[in-house]
Amino acid sequence: MSEEKHWLVRPATIKKLWIFLLTSLVITVLLEFFVEHKVHFGIEASFGFSAWFGFLSCLLMVIGAKILGFNIKRPDTYYQNSYNQENKHNKESSE
Amino acid sequence: MSELNFPIAFILIAGAVLIPFLRGHLRSLLVLVLPLLVLTLILLLPEGHASTIEFLGFNLVWLQHSQFGIVFAVIFSIVAFVGNLYAYRQANSLELSAALLYSGSAIGVVLAGDLITLFIFWELMAVGSTLVIWSNRTKEAHRAGLRYVLIHLLGGVILMVGIAAHVAQTGDITFKDMTAGQMGFAEIMILIGVLVNIGAPPISAWIADAYPEASPSGSVFLSAFTTKTAVYVLIVGFAGTEALIYIGLYMVFYGIIYALLENDMRRILAYSVVSQVGFMVTGIGIGTDLALAGVAAHAFSHIIYKALLLMSAGSVLYQTGKRKCTDLGGLFQTMPKTALCGIIGALAISAFPLTSGFISKSMVSTAAADQHLMLVWFLFTAATAGTFFYAGLKFPWFVFFQKDSGMRPEEPPANMRWAMYIFAFFCLALGVYPAPLYDLIGPTVNNYNAYSASHVISQLQLLLFSGLAFFVLLPLIKCTLTISLDFDWLYRKLFFGFALSIGKLTAKTYNSLLGFLNNLISSIGQRKYPRLNRFSSWSQTIEGMLSITLLVFGLSLLLYLFYSIL
Repeated sequence: MSEEKHWLVRPATIKKLWIFLLTSLVITVLLEFFVEHKVHFGIEASFGFSAWFGFLSCLLMVIGAKILGFNIKRPDTYYQNSYNQENKHNKESSE
Repeated sequence: MSELNFPIAFILIAGAVLIPFLRGHLRSLLVLVLPLLVLTLILLLPEGHASTIEFLGFNLVWLQHSQFGIVFAVIFSIVAFVGNLYAYRQANSLELSAALLYSGSAIGVVLAGDLITLFIFWELMAVGSTLVIWSNRTKEAHRAGLRYVLIHLLGGVILMVGIAAHVAQTGDITFKDMTAGQMGFAEIMILIGVLVNIGAPPISAWIADAYPEASPSGSVFLSAFTTKTAVYVLIVGFAGTEALIYIGLYMVFYGIIYALLENDMRRILAYSVVSQVGFMVTGIGIGTDLALAGVAAHAFSHIIYKALLLMSAGSVLYQTGKRKCTDLGGLFQTMPKTALCGIIGALAISAFPLTSGFISKSMVSTAAADQHLMLVWFLFTAATAGTFFYAGLKFPWFVFFQKDSGMRPEEPPANMRWAMYIFAFFCLALGVYPAPLYDLIGPTVNNYNAYSASHVISQLQLLLFSGLAFFVLLPLIKCTLTISLDFDWLYRKLFFGFALSIGKLTAKTYNSLLGFLNNLISSIGQRKYPRLNRFSSWSQTIEGMLSITLLVFGLSLLLYLFYSIL
């Protein structure tokens, strides 16, 4: 019915991309066995430190942003509305 | 070259004056050749060069070669060239002229040897950047530019107070380390004045407020100069000031969190300016040789990849007219070159190995570890992961991929494409071969090597796992049609509402007073000349005369009061 999708967004490609991502994740962690890390701080010596630390810090930041977002997000016309109010007021008073 | 005795900045500022009178090829030639000329002159400037001029009894050092000044001057002239290449066919004369003034005065700041010259160029920079915003000529740009210039004039006044007090106390106008003696009122004022320009808390909001309202090319210029000249001034004047570590860390996470919540693609990038500059401010707070060299290197690579990211976002805006992530998506299909350049910029900002961000950002992290600043190091590492998340993935994903928006725009015009290619090349070239940058910064970094096996592997783990987090958490970070409240709410909403109600009250009082006077005058007129028609021209004239008499009387009374108080 519709034209064929771009090869990059076909489900088959996406599946391959996921496999590629997961394989490279495993490889980077396995490389730990072959490299000696220069450790500055104790916890850094734990296995795959950068991997779990990177994942966890992103998770925390997203949750933090989400919670903050509940309080500070406003419709993106928020500031325009106050200006429009002013304009309406000016129009009314000039009429 | 020893006879060069005027600020190199004047060349670009002279160009800014000429632009409005030129058309066509001559104009294009000027905006492209001048930055290259300036770059050549800067590179030819002999080490230790300082030229002076007598001005109002002060001996101004208006052109000086310094270790860090040169690094910033070089990148400023490069970005002036590439920015102009990106802009010269699409931008209007006002923008090109303002951009030359802006870049010229930024170069003036970093090559200034004394506080007065520095301040003059500092203020010229505020004028140039405001004109860059206004040259977009939309209602939003006009308003955002007004807010922008007010903040910067305020910062300028504080800086001026600090400089005046400093000169009064020490009698010395040399621009050097301000932390050497006791940090008094003067130095703290200078520090605050500079921090205003760097987007420090609480007024970080001006960056995300103003930059996305400029034209596609305008925001490229804006991202490069103002915050980075402030970084330069901090490096020279306030290295090792501990407060900067905390200010910087705040900025790092402020930028990340707000960028995560943002929907406007260029505002995401504006927040990331704050975040990246936060890295630099923290590095200046650490203040060791390696940290300062890292800050200079990071400023250098940051200017390039941020300009590249904004050019790619600008191309999307130019071709589609859309700026919100909720309206975009799927553009990689017809704009693959723009998407590729955007991705290279995104990888560089994330400090991916083989890009410019990797060889510069890690220097600041290493400096933190060397000083055993554990908290700083852990927060830096978390922020590096976060940067890949919000800028490295969120920006390209929502603009070029995600759901298909159905739009099939073409690639941008050739000059815009070439500007992107040049900076994409720089991002990769510096990552593979950082030696020229390290040489430019000086001997402190000569034996620094970012590419140890351990460093590359931990960086890859960090980034790839934050990439995994991105795709796992995708449902949580969907873009929404929202903005996020910030400190600017105070002056955009609270003060605005306050001023509006005062205005309404004044208008009401004024109107009722006027009505009262009007009635009074017409009743006097009626009594004196009862036979005249109320609305005849005669009675109107008499009323007019009476009002003028009252007005003159009132004004004389005011003047009398004014002078008697004086």
